[in-house]
Amino acid sequence: MSVVELDDVVVLLGRFPALAGASLRVDAGEAVLLHGPNGAGKSTLLRLCAGLLRPESGSARVLDTDLGRDRRSVRPRVGYVGHQSMLYDDLTVAENIRFWGRAAGVSTEQQEASARRMRIEERLFDVPVSRLSAGQRRRTSIAVAAARRPELWLLDEPHAGLDQSGRDIVDALITDAAASGGAVLVASHELDRVEPVVHRRVTIIGGTAVESEGTTRVR
Amino acid sequence: MLVAQKDLRIELRSKVALNQVVPFALLVLVLFGFALDADRASLTNFTPGLYWVAILLASVLAVHRSVGLEAGEGAREGLLLSGMRPESVYLGKTLALIAQILVVALMMLGGVVILYEAPVDDGLLLVAALFGAVLGVGAAGTLYGALLGGQRARETVLPILLLPVLSPVLIAATRAFGDAMGTVATDGWQWTGLLFGFGAIYLALGVVSHGVLMEEN
Repeated sequence: MSVVELDDVVVLLGRFPALAGASLRVDAGEAVLLHGPNGAGKSTLLRLCAGLLRPESGSARVLDTDLGRDRRSVRPRVGYVGHQSMLYDDLTVAENIRFWGRAAGVSTEQQEASARRMRIEERLFDVPVSRLSAGQRRRTSIAVAAARRPELWLLDEPHAGLDQSGRDIVDALITDAAASGGAVLVASHELDRVEPVVHRRVTIIGGTAVESEGTTRVR
Repeated sequence: MLVAQKDLRIELRSKVALNQVVPFALLVLVLFGFALDADRASLTNFTPGLYWVAILLASVLAVHRSVGLEAGEGAREGLLLSGMRPESVYLGKTLALIAQILVVALMMLGGVVILYEAPVDDGLLLVAALFGAVLGVGAAGTLYGALLGGQRARETVLPILLLPVLSPVLIAATRAFGDAMGTVATDGWQWTGLLFGFGAIYLALGVVSHGVLMEEN
């Protein structure tokens, strides 16, 4: 079953065609690496799949929903981790996790389990996010997204700023998500890091073409 | 309530309203006093207008702060992704903004009573007008804040857009306060009714349009 089906999709950022004819298919249980040069359209593609951008033309279906008609119902079902943390600097780690969890209707147990999984140290729970390191912020962001148990993960450079332990956790998260029937799209420049945990590698060039290369070497 | 709690928690921790907005509003009042170089009687007559100009200017800062909370680190997108209803987000942010402006307005009221020796003839009318005006400022402020949420130039554009929209609040609140302070012979309750009407219209507009504004900005 396809989780993501993009066919000749155009996305405009202002007047600039950030995606100009992108096609991609991702099935349930599949983890796919997106790579390509800076500005190729990787982040735009992830934001499109998260329902944050509108397709200007072409066909875009995510989780059986036509993004041209309805983007709202897709959003709560995806776990999007972008360049920005989506955290409130003046709230503590625990308050952020609690706020976003309650906003998404996630139980306290799921929130706590997610924080444990990302190995966020308890001593950091009462620390305002503004005082966290980039890596600690990243862990908190991913914990917030993971608490929702998304059907589709959209990860934009998820290893950025993380230490070795954090990177291993992200790798495990990708593997587990795909193994449990979810789908994962990871945009990354760290091919050596990500390739072992994905099924396929897809190249985006200039927002105009999406090419698929079979790798299938998940460990 | 979730968004309102979050915004108020952030305010309690950062104390922006207390440490920046209130001093700014008090400073405006003091500067008005210097600029007008008025005798006590004239200053008392001008008090309602000066008070509400200071409140509106201070409110622009509070609105800007409220919008800024969602603009930083992509939190606005987080709200979209959370699946929260846009009208809940609007009402929550409006409630938090109203609470903050109310605190500023009450502290400022103390300021004009002390600085300008403003008389209070009808306390009930004064309080009712204050609530009505703050409701309108909060409802319209949140709506226009959302309109400019994603704009880089919102710091400069926000007052240009918002202050003209709030001019009915300035006029009605000044008249109602004038009646409550015994400086103007008018029916302050009618003006107070207008203030609540203004607030209700903007609340309805915000509930209806906030989803579109969140999407487009």
